[in-house]
Amino acid sequence: MNDALLKAENILKVYPNGIVANRGVNFEVQKGEIHALIGENGAGKSTLMKILFGIETPEEGTITLNGQEVSIDSPKKAISLGIGMVHQHFMLVDSLSIAENIALGHEPLQRGMFLDRDKIVKQAGELAERYHFEIDVNRVVRDASVGVKQKAEILKALARGAQILILDEPTAVLTPQETRELFVELTTLRQEGYTIIFISHKLKEVMEICDRITIMRHGRTVDTCLVKDTSPEEISRKMVGRDVVLHIEKQPAKRGDVCLETRSVTCENVFGKRVLDALNMRLRSGEVLGVAGVEGNGQSELAEILFGLRQPSSGEVLIKGSRIGRLNPSGCRRCKVAYIPEDRMRIGVAARESILSNMLIDKVDRYLRGPFLKEKEMNRDAEKLLAEFTVLARTVDTPAGMLSGGNIQKVVAAREMTEEAQIIIAEQPTRGIDPGASEIIRRKLLELRDKGAAVLLISADLNEILEMSDGVIVLHEGKINGYFPDTTALTEEELGYYMLGVKKQSRESVEAALCG
Amino acid sequence: MRINKNTRLWFRAVRFLLAIVIALGVSFVIIAFSTDAPVRAVVNLFTGPVTSVRRFSTVFETMIPLTFSGLAVCIMFKANQFNLAAEGALYAGALTAAIVGIYVQGPGWAVKAAAILAGGMIGCLIGAIPGIAKVRWGASELVLSLMLNTVVLNLGTFLFNRVARDPAPSYAASYELPREVSLVNLIPGTRMHSGLIIAACFVAGSAVLIYKTKWGFQLNMTGSNLNFAKYAGIHTALIIISAQLVGGFIAGAGGATEMLGLYRRFQWTSLPGYGFDGVILNILAGSNPLLIPIAAFFLAFVRIGADYMYRQSDVAAEIVSIIEGIIILLVMASAFLAKWEHRLTTKASVTGGESA
Repeated sequence: MNDALLKAENILKVYPNGIVANRGVNFEVQKGEIHALIGENGAGKSTLMKILFGIETPEEGTITLNGQEVSIDSPKKAISLGIGMVHQHFMLVDSLSIAENIALGHEPLQRGMFLDRDKIVKQAGELAERYHFEIDVNRVVRDASVGVKQKAEILKALARGAQILILDEPTAVLTPQETRELFVELTTLRQEGYTIIFISHKLKEVMEICDRITIMRHGRTVDTCLVKDTSPEEISRKMVGRDVVLHIEKQPAKRGDVCLETRSVTCENVFGKRVLDALNMRLRSGEVLGVAGVEGNGQSELAEILFGLRQPSSGEVLIKGSRIGRLNPSGCRRCKVAYIPEDRMRIGVAARESILSNMLIDKVDRYLRGPFLKEKEMNRDAEKLLAEFTVLARTVDTPAGMLSGGNIQKVVAAREMTEEAQIIIAEQPTRGIDPGASEIIRRKLLELRDKGAAVLLISADLNEILEMSDGVIVLHEGKINGYFPDTTALTEEELGYYMLGVKKQSRESVEAALCG
Repeated sequence: MRINKNTRLWFRAVRFLLAIVIALGVSFVIIAFSTDAPVRAVVNLFTGPVTSVRRFSTVFETMIPLTFSGLAVCIMFKANQFNLAAEGALYAGALTAAIVGIYVQGPGWAVKAAAILAGGMIGCLIGAIPGIAKVRWGASELVLSLMLNTVVLNLGTFLFNRVARDPAPSYAASYELPREVSLVNLIPGTRMHSGLIIAACFVAGSAVLIYKTKWGFQLNMTGSNLNFAKYAGIHTALIIISAQLVGGFIAGAGGATEMLGLYRRFQWTSLPGYGFDGVILNILAGSNPLLIPIAAFFLAFVRIGADYMYRQSDVAAEIVSIIEGIIILLVMASAFLAKWEHRLTTKASVTGGESA
């Protein structure tokens, strides 16, 4: 078992904002296997694949292909080395047919300059037939279903001579039937000697189709083993396992009135797939309600709906018992709802603007004399926040984008976690940031809880969920798969089973306990 | 993160000067090809505007409409909207001021104020159209404003022919404006008019608006990161549209000022081109309203110098467009000296002891 086809050793990848995405990563695949790469969101799977496909360059480490060291500095290079990638978001030209998409970049010509349309269709048809893909290559991509688009992507990679195929969560957007079909095709490809890297966090699928599995956690590769030698329980334990034991001293919760309630909230994603399915939940003042779940099971959509950044397709949200109608962020802010967003660079901060602006943007009304800003007071208060949250910056005029990830998150926290906040939706509040910053944010969240705020903590860090939360709900495929009103006896392993759907509570019992 | 404002400002200044030097170097080579006395031509380019009081005052005259246009574009662009309607707004503002000047009776100061205000209001309207279409229907403000400019010109020409055109002169011109409607001349013997003071007021006003008010604060945020601004609870649609209104007003008022300051008759038969100059100025001034007049002075100086050079030698005045082009290319190109800047940043970050 030492004839590794593609091998990455000691990979270190640090993003410009200081987040260490891969550290000491070792990964290898053998010819003719389907190799699963599994791990929570943020574990570094995508980064590793981007490195192998030449989208990102690692700071340290070596990649060898067939025993020869290679440097993959661009996707073009990766393709020339026989590595193909099918992204989660398809890279197809919508207005062209599938055959044209497959031919794109190496179009057959007649008389040296004109497109040979017949040949384009013929070649694509032959390709599909050869690999037993049932697909109409004349169909325009725009009109094709998600499953068909994915097939087109795979064929595109094969047409470019890929020997190693990287599939980034290929089943996330597929229906069960499409998934079946895909698996048949992948098995055929394996028989023909192709190598497939299959990124997923759906354990069941991995167990079904893969030969070997590599588990990643917190930017490191934890283990590589044969699928037949392992069990779902073992994998889930390794996936979520405990790195640093986090322990937080906290008072028991004094649960008060219901602050935030969803009634049959349903929502579809861009692919038309249902990501929230008639969700009923209640959040009370004075409690931290943890939301656990594997990424993509509806957590982000839930947070966005609660803050009015996304509208549910049906159902409603009640804030402090009253219907708000169409929610929007400014309305939510008026109702004292605060939101720490997961994507801090896109919506958490304006990177080019000063720390001061980022901290006080929602509070300018407090600093007005007529239409003018009271700059001295703004400066004073921003400096106070800078000190309180120990943001490492020389002045409050420093652009937020110049800070490290942890310090950017402290700026977000300083803005959102004010005394006035009554409902705090914290989405991945400590992901990818250093322990010091994490601790400040966690302590502050509990402090606000003790003062009567309601906190909805959405986190991929189970350790954090268990230590912080007074109650936990587990989201799985848009439904609440389990509710635990008391976290003292709950373990990460147990949560892991619910997250992966190995265990589940009935809808009725969850709703009786949560909303009763 | 230890990079503070000053280092960046300093970096930008150095980069800007270097861009000018390189642009001049390239221009010199081109000039050398087209004339036997390239050195004299370049000397003329730079000393031309200061050879007489009259010529130097022309620099200031040229600077006035440029400054207005620069400010208008500055505020529109602050909302991250590439609205080029300042061009049409300036034209329409001038025409409106002429019509008001011709038809409205009253004391000179009142008519002047009314003319400038009316010009500004028309500018508002023109500036707002692309803004509203963008916010409401997602129409590209760039394309819309470019086409709108042509519509404004032709609608203006129609209006001009109907209500303002004087049939007497052999060329297209409006009736003459009464003398008391013209802006006060500042220096006898030149055409320098009090529009300069009006422009200065607009510069100060724009700076206060952008940097000192709640509206300006929200405008900056909206332009910097729209998603963030929405999430922070800012009514972004309102901010975007109002910025286009304010920008349109400034351009319209600028057109009116230009009309009342320099002309007795309205005689523009095509768009004046100041709207696009406004974009150039914003690139040069880094969208800082306080630097706009400086950039406007620079541009006016080079253009007057080129004109002088052309008259003194056989070098075409168009050479100035090449110089402008190269400077803008270098100022805009983010890769120009980017390695140096990155080294500065890295050094600062590492010595700061910052780690994630």
